[in-house]
Amino acid sequence: MTNAPTPSIAAAKQEPGSALSFYGVWLLAAVALVVLPMVFSSGGSLTSFSLIGIAIIFALSYNILLGQTGLLSFGHAVQYGLGGFLAVHVMNAVASHNWPIPLPAIPLVGGIGGAAFAIVVGWVMTKRAGTVFAMISLGIGELVASSSLILRSVFGGESGITTDRTSLMPLFGWTFGPQIQVYYLIAFWVMVSAIAMYALTRTPLGRICNAVRDNPERVEFIGYDPHVVRYFAYMFAGFFAGVAGGLTAINFEIANSAYLGATQSGLVLFSAFIGGTAYFFGPILGAILVTYLQLGLTSVTSVWQLYFGIIFIGIVMFAPGGIAGILMKHRPLIRAGTLRTVIPSYLVAAIPTLAFALGIILTIETVARFSGGDPIKLLGIPFVATAPTTWASAAVLFVGGFLVARITWRRVAEAWDRAATVARDRGYLA
Amino acid sequence: MTAAIQVNAVEKSFGNVQIIRDLNLSVAKGERHAIIGPNGAGKSTTFNLISGHIKPTSGEIRLNGEVTSGLRPFEINRRGLSRSFQVTNVFARMTVWENVRCAVLWATGHRYAFWKNVDTLPEVKQRTAEILDEIHLSHRRDVPAGLLTYAEQRELEIGITIAGGASVIMLDEPTAGMSHAETERAVALIRRLTEGRTLVIVEHDMSVVFGLADRISVLVYGHIIASGTPEEIRGNPKVKEAYLGEEVE
Repeated sequence: MTNAPTPSIAAAKQEPGSALSFYGVWLLAAVALVVLPMVFSSGGSLTSFSLIGIAIIFALSYNILLGQTGLLSFGHAVQYGLGGFLAVHVMNAVASHNWPIPLPAIPLVGGIGGAAFAIVVGWVMTKRAGTVFAMISLGIGELVASSSLILRSVFGGESGITTDRTSLMPLFGWTFGPQIQVYYLIAFWVMVSAIAMYALTRTPLGRICNAVRDNPERVEFIGYDPHVVRYFAYMFAGFFAGVAGGLTAINFEIANSAYLGATQSGLVLFSAFIGGTAYFFGPILGAILVTYLQLGLTSVTSVWQLYFGIIFIGIVMFAPGGIAGILMKHRPLIRAGTLRTVIPSYLVAAIPTLAFALGIILTIETVARFSGGDPIKLLGIPFVATAPTTWASAAVLFVGGFLVARITWRRVAEAWDRAATVARDRGYLA
Repeated sequence: MTAAIQVNAVEKSFGNVQIIRDLNLSVAKGERHAIIGPNGAGKSTTFNLISGHIKPTSGEIRLNGEVTSGLRPFEINRRGLSRSFQVTNVFARMTVWENVRCAVLWATGHRYAFWKNVDTLPEVKQRTAEILDEIHLSHRRDVPAGLLTYAEQRELEIGITIAGGASVIMLDEPTAGMSHAETERAVALIRRLTEGRTLVIVEHDMSVVFGLADRISVLVYGHIIASGTPEEIRGNPKVKEAYLGEEVE
């Protein structure tokens, strides 16, 4: 086995112009950020894009911990929220003293706030990884969130602390009053933060973070103290979470205790995990999807959190690599040119899977709206929650969809195996 | 001349159970030293004590004359001692290339740097390529370590151990579970890679031990009962009685 000639994966990987395509991706992202508000210019979509941008920075910062260093934090919103509060306080101070600090520099203040807190509590927190770290992060999260309601002078109690982003000095004639200007400020920071966080993964520290994730015991025997590595990772994650918090403060012109809480910490874990923590771009996809769903679902259904839970469980059970993991699994098949042999089975499987999903939705909504609420409308068809015909259709879709979907997915697996074997023979899959 | 490793009267107890009793061991610089002994004699514990994985209950361990008992593993590693593990202990989700490169980083002085691009450090690149070449895994450089065959993982394990350029190398059963051909390959590899360095090796395969070692120590019930050249060990009646029996004849 060892001596069998293995087709060189390295050779297959080193395509000419890989540097070009690498910079091309970043350039494309920058262009997309600039062009997006020109294509979708309504006020609603501007607000959505702004929130998605902030969520991207926040999720990427979380992945410095989870995906890069293997630290599961249940309290990442603490650094985010504290960054937001510091940003608000500094904005108010800048405005009242007329200091010559423009608004675009404020997220940096948020970052410093997040990093400062991480420096103070981080050394003790990162002594151990695993369950110990997770529990302490949960404890610190609750501690800070609850004290934010007690320390009124700093956190402003339940109402929070407000600010006025237009009261800072204008920059090149921009007052940052209109949402479009705030969007571009956020887009700028998304670009800067994403590049910085990607660059971090390509440094000696970033590589050792991965080593600590994989095997902290062995890291000690190649000269590194895993505790110091985790501490560094925690600081950087805190910094970029603070940047996101600062941007949120600018966007809403307020910071309140909700920023610091467990819900916010849970959402960022969701985003990173659903997107996929094993790849740098995974949390970006997750942040986009989760924020979009959050904004979209709340207006359609009152039990939108239930759908989040179902999606999360589904990802954990069937695609632990997240969306990025699913996408990257196809890469060797694309390279080997065998993807098209799998696609027909996907299309066949899509129909019963969709029926199954509709069955789930109809069941949930029927239960949720049984004792009152808006009438159900699914794909334009109205359903009455109390009618037996609705129950029957839900049951048929649910059970029938599930049974047929199971068969079709087995077909997908078979087609996949055949395609993967070919890809392996051609040297594109290890 | 100071010894590379000097173990003086080390004791180790886990609760009431004494695993290591009055352990004395001296390994000269440049020597290839094998530790043998029956199962449960405390060979791996001895390794863990010297490399700092566990701390001795009492006694003293010196590395190149400097006291290292009580130091953390990474502190001992930075002073020039590197070890491998009996159970393969690599960075499973990282590629072969990255595994070796991580082991090169501290030794090349890059420490916790977060302002350098790891892909453009010439000495890191060169050293990693050299190590991969030496352990014959250059053609597998982009494969995640977890997907390697068992023998390849053992070779990578040795590669990670030597990558930092430590002067004292400790290998814990490097050929365990290997076929005869694979063992021969591994021994040749070990012989070549530890040229000019001090080697301490735990091994069950007696042909490997007697073929490789300059000196052998025999550990029985946490105590070294004999230490000497292969010929001396072969002829030692105490060793014969306790461990080797007729096996070596």
